[in-house]
Amino acid sequence: MGSSEFFGVATIGYVVAMIVYVVYMVFRKENIGVAATTVAVFSFLSHTAAFVLRWVESYRQGIGHAPLTNLYESLIFFVWCLMLGYLIIEFKYKNRHFGAFVTPIAGMALGFIELTGVAKGIQPLVPALQSNWLLAHVTLSFISYAAFALSFAIALMYLIVETKEYKEPAYIFWTLAGGAFFIIVAAMGIDYVYAAVSGQDAGKGLFRATFFNPSSGIAMGTRIAALAGLVLLWRYGHLFKRALGTMDLSSEFLDELTYKMIAAGFPVFTLGGLIFGAIWADQAWGVYWSWDPKETWSLITWLVYAFYLHCRFISGWRGKRAAVVAVLGFITVVFTYLGVNIFLSGLHAYGGVR
Amino acid sequence: MMENDAGKKRLSPIDGIWKLFTTVKLAVVLIFLIAMTSVIGTVVEQDAEPEKNIKFFTGVFGDTLAPAAYKVSQAAGFFDMYHSWWFLTLLLLFSANLTICSIDRLPKIHRAVSEPQKPLPPDAFGRHSIKKDFLTEGTFDDVKARTEKLVGKLGFKCADHVEDGSVQFYGQKGRYSRYAVYVVHFSIIVTLLGAVIGAFFGFNGVISIQEGKTADAAWTRQGVEHPLGFSIRCEDFSVQFYGDSDMPKEYMSWLTVMDDGKEVIKNRSIEVNGPLKYKGYTFYQSSYGPVPDAQGLLFFRITPKGAQQSEIVKIRLRESFKIPGTGFVGKTRYFSPALAFGKDGEPFTYTEMMNNPAVFVEYEENGLKKYAGWVAKRHPQTWTLPEGHTVEFMDNWGYQATGLQVRKDPGVGVVYLGCILMTIGLYAAFFTSHRKLWVMVQSEKGKVRVSIAASASKHKVSFETDIDGALKAINREVESG
Repeated sequence: MGSSEFFGVATIGYVVAMIVYVVYMVFRKENIGVAATTVAVFSFLSHTAAFVLRWVESYRQGIGHAPLTNLYESLIFFVWCLMLGYLIIEFKYKNRHFGAFVTPIAGMALGFIELTGVAKGIQPLVPALQSNWLLAHVTLSFISYAAFALSFAIALMYLIVETKEYKEPAYIFWTLAGGAFFIIVAAMGIDYVYAAVSGQDAGKGLFRATFFNPSSGIAMGTRIAALAGLVLLWRYGHLFKRALGTMDLSSEFLDELTYKMIAAGFPVFTLGGLIFGAIWADQAWGVYWSWDPKETWSLITWLVYAFYLHCRFISGWRGKRAAVVAVLGFITVVFTYLGVNIFLSGLHAYGGVR
Repeated sequence: MMENDAGKKRLSPIDGIWKLFTTVKLAVVLIFLIAMTSVIGTVVEQDAEPEKNIKFFTGVFGDTLAPAAYKVSQAAGFFDMYHSWWFLTLLLLFSANLTICSIDRLPKIHRAVSEPQKPLPPDAFGRHSIKKDFLTEGTFDDVKARTEKLVGKLGFKCADHVEDGSVQFYGQKGRYSRYAVYVVHFSIIVTLLGAVIGAFFGFNGVISIQEGKTADAAWTRQGVEHPLGFSIRCEDFSVQFYGDSDMPKEYMSWLTVMDDGKEVIKNRSIEVNGPLKYKGYTFYQSSYGPVPDAQGLLFFRITPKGAQQSEIVKIRLRESFKIPGTGFVGKTRYFSPALAFGKDGEPFTYTEMMNNPAVFVEYEENGLKKYAGWVAKRHPQTWTLPEGHTVEFMDNWGYQATGLQVRKDPGVGVVYLGCILMTIGLYAAFFTSHRKLWVMVQSEKGKVRVSIAASASKHKVSFETDIDGALKAINREVESG
């Protein structure tokens, strides 16, 4: 088996794990939880094998570099870090309830790969990328992104547990953010299933089966359905609270864990993402900072998390408001990571989608 | 007017502003504003040709609103927004906030750090965030020795204090970590200072030098000439590709620096990620390109069939070369920077870049026309003639120009210093904490009572875990004798 087969196994495994974790959250049966963990661990091992094999294959092809150099490889590495971080939390705190919130992030990254047709080949490096700073910059950036992703999932859970009223801004916020998150994951799933059933190439673009369907009727219908989904979530969001409420999760613990994730991600991001990135740019282009969109968005991400860290020192900002900032922080991470590549251009153009 | 406000104690305006700048609230507001406004510059293309942004504005606002939106953006400096007065003001306010916050808080922190730790009065045990209290078997001296071992295990160097029948060990660790946050704040100021030095005393520009030519000035992006005070010659430029593709693997230039009529650096190679430095200027290999209508030299290595020795000739286009020992003469007719053949077999040039340089050569033998064909630099199969002679197209020189990024930045060292400080500060701020520990041992009704009081500025839980772990380890040692 080559790296792509191992990776295929891991992809399917993660999607299965995601479904089983959600089922576990609903039914709370111990053996379902054990099954979810087993699938997740197995997929993670397969993923690790795929990563190592891809590295070996690149040497065999005479290209010879760590698989961390384009959008596809970085997404894969992100999922790897995310799952590693998740499994550590699951084993350390002996708690499986985070799974239903973390695995969909992995699912979203994998869906993005499959549905946008990101180039998967092992590519040789253009001269600017032939630097040891690349490895340090990319590795640390994605470790921090994974930590931020975990903080997002946990902050979302915190908001679900902590909010009570329909009209409370934090409640409306989590139903919107969480709803959009789960709708995106679901729509990606529909895309994938639709492509598989109709025998079409899946990698044509996001939401081709739903919101961007060539038939305007289906497109309108699914958009209305998504909106209706958000309203329903707003109306029945407290059911989630009840599901989480019976679990062994205090809101202080969730708040503390969100902080821990950000406290781990922030220094790593500062060093790997900003400082190493600047050193590398300085050596390759002679400018350590050029206000290129990717750089600027990294700075924005950094500022949002700096905002979060300082919020905790202002009375009345700890808790719900800080959790809202943590959720927003990860949305900026996603934009820095993918949005900039899709919508804005700049020096990091080699991370392009196609 | 305010001074006359008798009866009310009001802050003077200066004190009021000072007070405002000591607040975290202002910091949070400024961080928010800097983050939000930074977005603008990533959407509106910076320093671009006006046409690009006009097109963008028309797309977003429609034909009717676009001109107004464009004018507003221009007035607000959105097209070079990171250098606009208001964005720089935000950064300045942010720096002032950081500085004043630190000045305001440092004395208190300094006191907390330098204050000597004192033994606790016995009734103060139990008032700290971490507290333990238990009776244990054994003699007083045994337990005392064990306690000394315990604090040693935890990495504390403790002083002891003896008071009527009890002994107290106390110590602290990592007190300087209280400064860590301020190191981070200071590092931001240092980094910004480095950037300011670079902006005022630095230079950033480009030079394009044709192979064989000399330049003594660089150009800013705005097209202003910047004399270097020395001159630089491009001896050669070369680009290598991955396999048969047009994807560059490596490109490099060989440069000679001449100062005061002397060659101070001779034929030094530079490549991407490997620049050349001279007199505060750094030259980075950044791009390359063809020179229109260049009349350069063509290099051929000619080896007659079976010959051990080759001959290298350099000629210009439309000049001829001989194949030694034969009656063959080759005349170079056309040059293509990137030769390709169409479906009909017609040759064409697919790009102006030197991706596949080739020369069309017409051969004569003893004055009679024989045949003609293309010799391509990247394709050895085109080098052999039907008679077995080889004509290798080695290089085309003088056809390309190397693109260099030129930078002079006296602030870059300061920026690096800021980065190092930030790394140290962040490490200390997030991964270390100021820990204080007091352990009291006293005899009580034939047994010995041990009381522990401890506090940590951060990571309280992990400190408690460490203490529990050390206690368990000591107990195990006692049990196993």
